Amino acid sequence: MVETIAQNLISGVLVGALYGLAALGLSLVFGVLKILNVAHGELIMIGGYAAFWIFNLYGIDPFLALALVMPLLFAAGWLLHIGLFRTLVQFDEEQRIKNSLLIGFGLTLVLQSLAIQFWTADERSITTAYATMSLSFLGLRLPVIRLAGLVIALIAVVGLELFLNRTYWGKAIRATAENWQTAALSGINVQNTYLLTFSLGAALAGVAGTLISVGFSVSPAIGLQWTLKALIVIVLAGLGSMIGTFLGGILLGVTESLSAYFFGGQYRELVGLIIFLIVLSARPQGLFGGRQSE
Amino acid sequence: MNRLKWPLIVILLAALLLLPQLPWSSNKTLTILIQLFIVAALASSWNILAGYAGQVNLGHAAFFGLGSLITRLLWLNDYPFILSFLAGGAVATIFALIVGAPALRLRGIYFAIGTLALAQALHLTVGNILPGNSALPGPKLAGYDLVPRYYLALGLLIVIVVTSVWLIHSRLGLGMLAVREDEAAAQSIGVNVFRHKLTAFVISAFFAGLTGSVFAYFHVSYYYQFTFTPIWTFDAVLVTFIGGIGAITGPLAGAIFFVLVRDVLATNLTNFHLIIFGLLFILVVLILPGGLLELWDRVTRLGKTTPPQPSTEAAAEMKGGGEMV
Repeated sequence: MVETIAQNLISGVLVGALYGLAALGLSLVFGVLKILNVAHGELIMIGGYAAFWIFNLYGIDPFLALALVMPLLFAAGWLLHIGLFRTLVQFDEEQRIKNSLLIGFGLTLVLQSLAIQFWTADERSITTAYATMSLSFLGLRLPVIRLAGLVIALIAVVGLELFLNRTYWGKAIRATAENWQTAALSGINVQNTYLLTFSLGAALAGVAGTLISVGFSVSPAIGLQWTLKALIVIVLAGLGSMIGTFLGGILLGVTESLSAYFFGGQYRELVGLIIFLIVLSARPQGLFGGRQSE
Repeated sequence: MNRLKWPLIVILLAALLLLPQLPWSSNKTLTILIQLFIVAALASSWNILAGYAGQVNLGHAAFFGLGSLITRLLWLNDYPFILSFLAGGAVATIFALIVGAPALRLRGIYFAIGTLALAQALHLTVGNILPGNSALPGPKLAGYDLVPRYYLALGLLIVIVVTSVWLIHSRLGLGMLAVREDEAAAQSIGVNVFRHKLTAFVISAFFAGLTGSVFAYFHVSYYYQFTFTPIWTFDAVLVTFIGGIGAITGPLAGAIFFVLVRDVLATNLTNFHLIIFGLLFILVVLILPGGLLELWDRVTRLGKTTPPQPSTEAAAEMKGGGEMV
């Protein structure tokens, strides 16, 4: 009994790390650009396929392939921002969010359909030589792949936090998120900061996608599901802190895992949505973090 | 144009009403037209809330699904069809009344993602409780005829369009438009913002539920959860935006375009139509907020009035007129 619950807790933490990672990019972009890119899940999906094909065609280990997938998705984000989302920056905040939602929605359809066209609707996953290996710890089973996923996610979070706090561009991003006018007055190139942030968000989606294609599976249809997960995490954690977002993901993973244990596996997804709706109706105004700069 | 409008509408209606009686009307034609009416009805119902009251509901499938579920269950349990049909709309309406108050407290984007999550939660729940397939039993299958389905779908679409026309010219509809343009301003001139939003939400849900009921009557076999999938919301959003959001003819034009492209292209290339619709949708949001209608408007104006440029006043009037009808 205790052992089963502990095992569930652990798998909840391991899955939750992925949820947190999936939310990281979305949260960053939303916090800085005030753009809600609902096609974030599709970027994750494309990252997953990139890792899958790199593994299948060239035999490159998915964890090493991250060094290719991240720049690839970074470039994709760069192009998407220049081609689509940059035009939104001229609008006021409310209009910007609404239009970004719509554009993201159109993009969702296009990317999903293209993925079906190119790669069929089949589910794919990467099976490495060490896919079934696991460590034992106090009688608990720790799958190596999921554990590696946790480590990668941790590295991503800490790396991002360091980047935001210690580098020029990181500080530029934070300043722009706080107040873009003041940022512009202090000599920060706001347009380039936006571009960098959006691309960075896409690169983070690439990391999440890679880990998903190893530990779970990818198919063209997974986008919406991951976007929703990311939104739930953001609602739980608020905006502003990357580590907070990551912990929010772990909280969601553990909640799902425990509710699956107590109520049965089919209620796993439902619990997250219900929490989401409760939090949403309890805080209808200041949903994403309490910070209102204007 | 305005003088031509009424005769055109009468001729079109007469043609649609007579069509099933014509000797050369095939089952294929009827099926495509029924699908067209369902898409047009669903989009028109979505347009009432999004186009007039300005609230983007991404959980429209919940109401479509509820209508189809209730109608299907009652009808298959041998309740009279008309009762089952109305019950579908009634349950969707009741659900809208229950979730309306908390949902409409959310503004803008939060309303959109809140309704999306709500519809997903309902979708999962129905999938958990009724995972199976719903096929028509033998006797019902033996009596299956497309013609009554055709008239039911057409009739519902006409009712929705007529309601929309009435709404847009009524005090209630004008209040909704005011809410869409500026909530604070509407409030300050005495429009009860919440009540207008809720009314639009409930009317929209009622018609979406009835559209689901038509679907339940029309389809021989489908999974219970199928009508709850977000596809139905997305179709309504696409059709409305591509046709022209906020206009009565927008969802109709969008639906014709949608069904034409889907059924002409999708037969050879599955899913190809979604790439086209997705790209068109993005284009509409970025550069053509009036959709196909605006495009039509611009093209016809280009041909007509080259020498004297229309005055800004006339242009503004035309734009205003285009938004209404």
